[in-house]
Amino acid sequence: MIVRIAGEGQFRLPDEDAERLNDLDNRAVSAVDSGDEAGFRELWTQMLDLVKTDGQDLDGDELAESDVILPPRDMSFSEAKAEFTGEGLIPD
Amino acid sequence: MAGLAGRMSTVFKSKISRMLDKSEDPGETLDYGYQKQVELLQNVKKGIADVVTSKKRLQMQSTKLEQSVVKLDTQARQAMSQGREDLARAALERKTVAQTELQSLDTQIKELETQQEQLTVNERKLRTKIETFRTKKEVIKAQYSAAEAQVKISEAANGVGEEMADLGLAIQRAEDKTENMRARAGAVEELEAAGTFDDITQLGAGQDDIDRELAQMGAGPQVDDELSKMKAELGSGGGDSPQLEQGKKEGA
Repeated sequence: MIVRIAGEGQFRLPDEDAERLNDLDNRAVSAVDSGDEAGFRELWTQMLDLVKTDGQDLDGDELAESDVILPPRDMSFSEAKAEFTGEGLIPD
Repeated sequence: MAGLAGRMSTVFKSKISRMLDKSEDPGETLDYGYQKQVELLQNVKKGIADVVTSKKRLQMQSTKLEQSVVKLDTQARQAMSQGREDLARAALERKTVAQTELQSLDTQIKELETQQEQLTVNERKLRTKIETFRTKKEVIKAQYSAAEAQVKISEAANGVGEEMADLGLAIQRAEDKTENMRARAGAVEELEAAGTFDDITQLGAGQDDIDRELAQMGAGPQVDDELSKMKAELGSGGGDSPQLEQGKKEGA
């Protein structure tokens, strides 16, 4: 699975991570729904950390489309409200 | 996948598919695609240059404010040593305003610096990808039949396209931020134009609009604090005089 973090590049993740990422994504949607900004920030950081630690930076000579694109790290909570709705960033 | 990132890739995919529809001949499509990428890279460079320009402007403003702070501080000390507490107060009030603006400017400059670095790194990445595309297109032209080539082309083009869309979004965000900063910088310029940071000795013991405004801006407690410190320093003996003279030269 290839994941892009907007502004930070593409990472190749083992397929097992899809489930973990999806779980965090769903919990982030719930946090946004209940207006829990601190809770959302915590989950969002976990998502980014997961991609960065488990993922391998895609080489410059690889031209591949991402399966998932995560918004920029510094997005505001109001931007997050537009992103984390319904099934979240990763469809179930 | 909806939202910002999803919208971003949707916009880009439709652009790329329009590009790929342009020609039946894969070779032509590839050359056209490459040419477009190089063009877009120029826009990216321009976007980064705009961020740098905004940063430089803020830096110049920050330098000017720093000078004002030093100057007003020196003047407050001089006024105080001549027993003109009213003048000293006016100078310190102005200094407080200048210091507050300076802090906010410096934070913004740091933010812009970080953004500029990130954009530059990403621009280099994009350039590598475009270079890869250039190599790949020759391979595709040489090795694949027209039907096979179409698949390979869209893979490669979408890969570059996504990178480009990502950088485009980052630049857009940086531009939005500098837009806010520009508004803020404009406000500082207005204060400057109104003489807020001007030489206090040229204005005299101000009872003008600026002074009334300054007093309303709540510079009071800090000013009182500094005034009493200054009084204490001056009262502590003649040892301060040489320092004052020095400050006068620096501030002039």
